[in-house]
Amino acid sequence: MITKRIIPCLDVKEGRVVKGVQFLELRDAGDPVELAKVYDEQGADELVFLDISASQEGRKTMADVVREVASQLAIPFTVGGGIGSLEDMKRILRAGADKVSLNTAALLNPELISEGAAYFGRQCIVVAIDAKYDENLGTWRVFTHGGRKATDWDVVGWAQKAVELGAGEILLTSMDADGEKSGFNVALTKAVSEAVSVPVIASGGAGNAQHFEEVFNEAKADAALAASIFHYKETSVEQVKQFLKEKGVAVR
Amino acid sequence: MIGIVDYGMGNLFSVDKALERIGVPHFISSKREELESADGLILPGVGSFKDAMHILKETGLAAFLDGYVQSGKPLLGICLGMQLLFEESEENGFSKGLGYLPGTVKEIPSRNEAGEAFKVPHMGWNQLIFKRDSQLLEGLEEENVYFVHSYFVDGIDENDLIASAQYSVMVPAVVEKDNVYGMQFHPEKSSRLGMALLKNFTELVLEKESQS
Repeated sequence: MITKRIIPCLDVKEGRVVKGVQFLELRDAGDPVELAKVYDEQGADELVFLDISASQEGRKTMADVVREVASQLAIPFTVGGGIGSLEDMKRILRAGADKVSLNTAALLNPELISEGAAYFGRQCIVVAIDAKYDENLGTWRVFTHGGRKATDWDVVGWAQKAVELGAGEILLTSMDADGEKSGFNVALTKAVSEAVSVPVIASGGAGNAQHFEEVFNEAKADAALAASIFHYKETSVEQVKQFLKEKGVAVR
Repeated sequence: MIGIVDYGMGNLFSVDKALERIGVPHFISSKREELESADGLILPGVGSFKDAMHILKETGLAAFLDGYVQSGKPLLGICLGMQLLFEESEENGFSKGLGYLPGTVKEIPSRNEAGEAFKVPHMGWNQLIFKRDSQLLEGLEEENVYFVHSYFVDGIDENDLIASAQYSVMVPAVVEKDNVYGMQFHPEKSSRLGMALLKNFTELVLEKESQS
């Protein structure tokens, strides 16, 4: 039986890990290589690195960070942020990442998903979706550019389109829940998980171990991602897994 | 010395680093004359079966591997590298594989026999179920390893099956026939158990080498 995955997420800016609330008010959270090692030891199933550097210089640092982390880790990791071409994907995968995550670039140029899937296999291509509830639309809307720009896409529609084009996994972030620690967005996650045939990683809102149980059992997520609660040691991957085991959720 | 076959489709970096971590002497090469000298080979691989076979044939590596396997030296295929060891694949239309083991590579069904839905790719940590004794499994327990694949080997000979994993279908996870070995998951990404499996493979290579 396949187990549910717990994935710490490292938002990396100019080579340092940072974390904010609803995508704003960034705080320093440490060195990416050190944190990666700690999470590996705690039993993390995978890691996600999101490059939120503003500059081209910062982006170059990311390839170095990826290389350094790859040499330390014996678990898979995904890198996203600023990947806009097949060349970018090659560069990051060659540096040692196992998967790349596409967000804004995939919305601007959906062909990028199919190109990546054809070249590296669909299991290498994660499509990240930043979702925010829109009252006028009556559903969740897709945002790009780190949550700053609204698109015309509704989340379920875009997720299905991305999978049709070749996405092997969906990384779904609820902007409303991000950094709030009041739980994952169960309704959103469930809607997407039921609408697509590939694994869905729920992101945004993890505050305690119960929240993970909720998102696995009620929202049918295949994996759940969290940042602040792990970075600031409010809980550990180990503790979350112990809790899930007691609740009968299959974890490694 | 272990040789890692570089044919442009590999997760070379992670296999390289994993061998480095467990302290096994190794090298990466695309050259037949260099690979020839290795006591055992690892054939990694991510991407499409058809493209991979095309490259192996074009570069002459397929013919080289045939000879290498006949010489009795150990070969380990990882992920796509394992699938390539089989007779044929249905990925993107029909293609012939290296044919060292009987079996056909097919898409993982999105439903099991009872009609329950399963996501494809089969992605994540799944438990190994040991099927028979093998030096590869010596001292190990049935723990989880990291899978990520959309195709599996169907119609495998039970005698070649060392370990499997349960998904929508039974997924052959570790295979062995004479000196040819395969792992469908990524041992180089499978934490402690993965490292232990790689270690067992390299020990088996060294043993064979000292016997010859």
